[in-house]
Amino acid sequence: MSAAATLTAVLAVAPIGQLQAPPPYTVLSKEGRRPLAVRALGGHEMVALEDLARLFDLTVREDALAGGLTISTKTQTIALTPGQGLASVGGRMVSLPAPPTRDGNAWYLPLDFIPRALGPALGSRLDLRRPSRLIVAGEVRVPRVTARVEPQPGLARLTLTVAPATPHTISQEANRLLIRFVADALDATLPASPSPDLIQAIRAADTGVAIAIDLGPRYASVRSSEAPGDRGASQIVIDVLAATTGPAPTTAGPVSPSAPADPPPLLDPAPPGGLRTIVIDPGHGGDEHGARGPQGTAEKDVTLAVARRLKGAIEARLGARVLLTRDGDRTVGLDERAAVANNNKADLFISLHVNSSVRASVSGAEVFYLSLADYGDQAQQIAKAGREALPTFSGGTREIEVILWEMAQARYIEQSAVLAQHLEASLRERVPMSPRAIQQAPFRVLVGANMPAVLVEMAFISNPEQEKQLSGNAFQLSLVQAVVDGIVRFQDDPGGPAPAGQASSGAPN
Amino acid sequence: MLRRAIPYIAVTAVAAVGAWVLFIGLPRWYQPKPVVETGAATPRPTGPERKITATLYFISEDGMSLTGAQREVPFGEPVVEQARRIVEAQLGAASEPLASAVPGGTTLRGIYVTEDCDAGGAACRRDAFVDLSPEARTRHTGGALNELFTIYAIVNVVTVNLPAISRVQILVDGNEVDTLAGHVDLRRPLEKNLTWVRTAKEG
Repeated sequence: MSAAATLTAVLAVAPIGQLQAPPPYTVLSKEGRRPLAVRALGGHEMVALEDLARLFDLTVREDALAGGLTISTKTQTIALTPGQGLASVGGRMVSLPAPPTRDGNAWYLPLDFIPRALGPALGSRLDLRRPSRLIVAGEVRVPRVTARVEPQPGLARLTLTVAPATPHTISQEANRLLIRFVADALDATLPASPSPDLIQAIRAADTGVAIAIDLGPRYASVRSSEAPGDRGASQIVIDVLAATTGPAPTTAGPVSPSAPADPPPLLDPAPPGGLRTIVIDPGHGGDEHGARGPQGTAEKDVTLAVARRLKGAIEARLGARVLLTRDGDRTVGLDERAAVANNNKADLFISLHVNSSVRASVSGAEVFYLSLADYGDQAQQIAKAGREALPTFSGGTREIEVILWEMAQARYIEQSAVLAQHLEASLRERVPMSPRAIQQAPFRVLVGANMPAVLVEMAFISNPEQEKQLSGNAFQLSLVQAVVDGIVRFQDDPGGPAPAGQASSGAPN
Repeated sequence: MLRRAIPYIAVTAVAAVGAWVLFIGLPRWYQPKPVVETGAATPRPTGPERKITATLYFISEDGMSLTGAQREVPFGEPVVEQARRIVEAQLGAASEPLASAVPGGTTLRGIYVTEDCDAGGAACRRDAFVDLSPEARTRHTGGALNELFTIYAIVNVVTVNLPAISRVQILVDGNEVDTLAGHVDLRRPLEKNLTWVRTAKEG
C-alpha cells in the first residue's frame, strides 16, 4: 500500500468518521500476490481507485464539470457517476452496492466494482472471494478447500472437499501430515478440530499451497483415499486412527474394559494381494550424473528429489513400506539396485529417470518394461515355464522354482506390462507424454528384479522448458501423484486393462 | 569266442565314440570360432573403386526415431571386412537434417565375427563384436532414448546390411561393458531391432 493511500486513509477519518481497519485483500495473479487495502465506508468495504489504477494499469479521468469519473483500460471505458450505484462498462450498465465516494482527493469504490465492472472491462476474470479475502485475477489456480472433521469410534475422519479437483500429494513428517496442492494459492476454510487427541490442528502451510494437519497424542496411523465429488470437485478422506489402548499402559494387567469393541488396526495392513513393500530407484547418482539439461540440471538430482517425495506420498496413501535404492548422492551399481528390491522381497520396483535427446524439442514422459527378445530363448522359456520338477531321493519329484538370478524379471514380464500400462494412463492425466509412451527395452536395472518392475522416464531434461519443470514443485508433485495413482490402479487391477505385451512399442508412424 | 566278444567290442566302441563326442567333439563344435579380425594393420586387398550401397542409421529430424539413409560404402571382403567398412561409415558425421546417434569422436578399434555352427555345420550363427573407442561412453550425453539410438544404430547397421550376421555385441576399449550410459544391457549380443527405426524416409 502506497504512502499516499495511507495518508488518504488517515485523512478520511474526519469527514466520513467511520474508519475501521478491515484486513486487506490479496490480489492473486500470474505475477504473484499483491495486497489491496480496503476501508469500511458507509457500511461497505471500499477500495481506493488509485490503488486499483496502479494494480490493473488503469487511466482515471475526472470530469470536473459533469462530476463524472472515467476509467479506461487498454480496450474499454467505464463511466461512473458520483451518487449513483451504477457503472457503465462499454455502454452496458452494471449495478454496484454503493456509489463512488469521494474522500478528500481520493475516490473510493465498492469491492464489487472489481468483479462486476473491472473484470468485464479488462476482458479477464476477476473473482472476488470474501471468506478468504482473495481477488483471483485471470487463469490462476486457486482451488476452494473446505475441511470437515467427524469423530468416529477409534478414529477421526477429516474430509477435504477440493473444488475443482487439484493434483496433490500427502506426506508425513513426524507428527505432521502435509497435503500439498499443485496450485498458486488455496481458498481454504479450515475448522477447529473437535478431536484434538487425534487431530490437534488443521492449518495452512507452505506459503499457502498446502494444508498441514498436526496429529494428536493418541494417533497411531493414518490412511487416506480420494473420490470424485460433485461438479468437478474431489474429496480427500483422511482417517487418523487411534491407538487401541489409550495412553501407554504401565502394568501388564488386563486390557482396559473401555477399549472399543472393534478396535481399529494399529497399522493399516495391506489388503489381500496388496502392496507391502515398494522399492523406488532414483536413477544414477554419485559419479554418474546421468543426462544434463541445457542449464546444467543433473538427472541424478531430479530423480532423487522426486523419489523422496514419492516415498512420502506412497507411505501416506497406501501405508506400504517404501525403500529407496539410494537416499543421497552416491554411486550405486545396477545390480545392487535390483538386489535392494529382491532382498527386501519388494512387491514393486520402479526406477526413475529423465530422458535426453539430441533434439531440444523432444518432450514427454515414457514408461519402459523389459523386452525379453533381447535375452534369447532362455529368458522366454523362464517366462513360460517357471517351475521345474526335480527327482527326490525318496523317489517321485518335487517342484522347485529355478530362476537364473540375472533373469529374474522374465517371470514377471506380464505383470510389469500391466504396471507400465497403469502408470502410463495415470501419467497421461497429469503430465505431457512422449509419442512413444510405453516401450520395451533390454534395460540392465530391470532384468534382475524378481517382481513387477518398470522404468519411468519422467520428462526430457534436454528440452529447456522441461528442464525448468523438472526442477519445480508443481511438476514434481504432478509426477508423484501420477505414479501413486498408477500404483493404486495396479493394486486394484493387477490383471490389467489389456492383454500384456500389447504395448505400443512400435514407431510412432 | 569271437561271437561272445562281439557285444563287448561293440559296447567299447560305442563308449569310445561317445566319449570322443562328449569330451572332444561337442566342445569343438560349440566353441565359438573367431574367423577374422580386421584392423588398420591388416587391410585386405580390395578393388579401389568398388562400392556397395548400405543403409546407415541416424537420428530423425524430430528426434523420435532412427532413420535409414542410403550411402555408398567401400566394398570389403570377407564379411568381417565389409562390416568394418560399414561401421566406420556409420561412425561418420550425419548430413542435415539428420543427426548422428553415436557420440562425436568415437572410432572403431576393431571388429570381430564369431561363427557358431550346429553339429552338422549346416546352420551357423554369426555374431559380430564391435569394439568402440572410450568416447562412446565418456562423451555420451545420457538419457535412455539417446542410448537406445546409439546402440541400435550400430546393431542395426551391421545386421540389416549383412544378413549373415544375426547379433552384435558392443565392446568399449576392448572390454565387455554393462551399459554405455546406465540403461541398456550390453552384456550379451543384441539382435536387430527395427522398433527404433522409422522407415518412411529410407532411401
